[in-house]
Amino acid sequence: MELLDKLTILADAAKYDAACTSSGVDRGGGKGLGSTMAAGCCHSFSADGRCISLLKVLYTNRCIYDCAYCVNRRSNDLPRAAFTPRELAELTIGFYRRNYIEGLFLSSAVWVSPDRTTEEMISALTLLRQEYGFRGYIHAKAIPGADPALTERLGLLADRLSVNIELPSQASLEKLCPDKEKKAILAPMAQIRDGIVHSKGELVKYRHAPKFAPAGQSTQMIIGATPESDKHILTLTQGLYDKYKLKRVFFSAYMPVSNSPLLPARRDFTPPLLREHRLYQADWLLRFYRFRAEELLDESSPNLDTRVDPKCAWALRHMERFPVEVNRADYETLLRVPGIGVVSARRILTARRVGPLTFSGLKTLGVVLKRAQYFITCSGKMLEGLRVNPDGVLRHLAALEQPALMADQPEQLSLF
Amino acid sequence: MDWPKCSYHYDGSFAGFLTCVFTAYAHKEEPACFLTPEDGRLSLWPARVVDTDDAKARRVYRSLGPKLGAEGKRLVVQGFLTCLPERELALWAFLRLGYDRGPGVTRDLTHPQVAALTQAVGHLTREAHLFKGFVRFSDQNGVLAGEIAPKNRVLPLLRPHFAARYPGENLVLYDQTHREALFCQGGRWAILPLEDFTLSPAAGAELDFRALWRQFYRTISIEGRYNPRCRMTHMPKRFWGNLTEFGEDAPSSLKNV
Repeated sequence: MELLDKLTILADAAKYDAACTSSGVDRGGGKGLGSTMAAGCCHSFSADGRCISLLKVLYTNRCIYDCAYCVNRRSNDLPRAAFTPRELAELTIGFYRRNYIEGLFLSSAVWVSPDRTTEEMISALTLLRQEYGFRGYIHAKAIPGADPALTERLGLLADRLSVNIELPSQASLEKLCPDKEKKAILAPMAQIRDGIVHSKGELVKYRHAPKFAPAGQSTQMIIGATPESDKHILTLTQGLYDKYKLKRVFFSAYMPVSNSPLLPARRDFTPPLLREHRLYQADWLLRFYRFRAEELLDESSPNLDTRVDPKCAWALRHMERFPVEVNRADYETLLRVPGIGVVSARRILTARRVGPLTFSGLKTLGVVLKRAQYFITCSGKMLEGLRVNPDGVLRHLAALEQPALMADQPEQLSLF
Repeated sequence: MDWPKCSYHYDGSFAGFLTCVFTAYAHKEEPACFLTPEDGRLSLWPARVVDTDDAKARRVYRSLGPKLGAEGKRLVVQGFLTCLPERELALWAFLRLGYDRGPGVTRDLTHPQVAALTQAVGHLTREAHLFKGFVRFSDQNGVLAGEIAPKNRVLPLLRPHFAARYPGENLVLYDQTHREALFCQGGRWAILPLEDFTLSPAAGAELDFRALWRQFYRTISIEGRYNPRCRMTHMPKRFWGNLTEFGEDAPSSLKNV
């Protein structure tokens, strides 16, 4: 088979994997080819607007499993292919030298057995790292069910490891993936977490100790294929950050790739892209804005409001905490104001050491006044000419979002 | 203190600009505009022609750290690379302010002159970060060659990145906007003005890799999520001109799917 055909088949099979970033580890140049940067680097953006950072391919799409939601399930009639380690290494180096990519994202369908698949991936990555001296970013998928010793070796070659949790609950997993178990997914996650902690400890003692997954681990789950609420998903996400020390949890809106009666019908199904977007916004609030999942959603409202972003929605439910005086408030309080982000909160802290801030000063700092104006005072005064009542604020904030949302959103908001 | 205004003529280099700063303080003059030989403008202010003097420039450069702090020094050095209109005047205003008030000046983020410079430098560093990803090299007989068309002069910021990333390679990166090129070879590097630069047409393995990359680029996007606006937000069209994935080549030897 031609390399071009293989690349087409195996990239096509990998494209539904959302976890594709190149961040988390800074490694300068050295002998060999390549470096990595902690911020990550996007090399291109595909027609669906997603970042292309790594060469995202499967090692093989021949699979022994039959998960209903997955495009590579064994009952699906697809052309099948597998790379050889040499082909994959040549391709990665060729792309990397031309600055097309930041590194390699290597996943695989489970071929023969989890152990055999992991061994194949290890041999490909060993060739790339050792013979070709590749020092760029490598993200590898740990295969649930593989021998822990093999996962350990995989982690020593890769910068980031990930295990896909696939679906947000045990019940859904049982229904859609008869061959997978939640326990089998969480076991390698725990192993990777412990491996990273151990490796960090070793590095303190010995400078040249081998680094195990220095960029941490991530996971992804499919949204909208099963009936879980946003509250369930966010609580699970928070649990993964707290207990498994994950760097990122990715959400992937379900794309209809199968006619299984267990899944939403292929016809008339639109992927829940807006819901995915709101979940990512909430995820950001968990990771950078010191929010907790319990604060964002509760039993009475288990799903995120699609009209406004989760931070605005939270602020509108807690109007008793506002307005905030920008010249006095601490960092945490500033972070909770809609329209003030991590960067502008830091700038406010810096700039107010020089003198009191005004509304025009805040605009210069990059605060989004269109949102923030309802929630702040400068030296005790609200923005001149602004009248606030909570209903009006919600309408106004929802109107701000409207143009950015997709065209098929409800055209008229009800009057409250 | 009101200093008489003058128009300053210099050679357009950073050392030249620092010499202007020295001269302005020495004569107690306020530069009304900075003119370079390429600049066709005329000025009605009395002219002062400044010859670049390395000793004077170095004296000013050495003062930046102690007087403005590390952040202030960075703003001045990188500010000179930005595409801010009248950047020399903005830098001069910032320097006057900084010499007057000390390192704390960089904290005054709402001051119009500090804000203007901070924003311009932010634009420069963001653009440089984008170009770390949006540069495409072609293998031309073993030399990696690429072209970019940035708004700011990003080559000095890209240099450490690419030098570290490709230690064993010979590298040429041409800036079409400012007509200068970065050369890296075996740990040594130079950024030199270069009037004309064209890539020779691709051949052999280069064509194959381009075809593979275009095929990968087409394949990796999910049709059901097609969102061209989102792509343009992250990667505006001004970057597309030099990207391999949007270019066309003669059909390669690889079979098309």
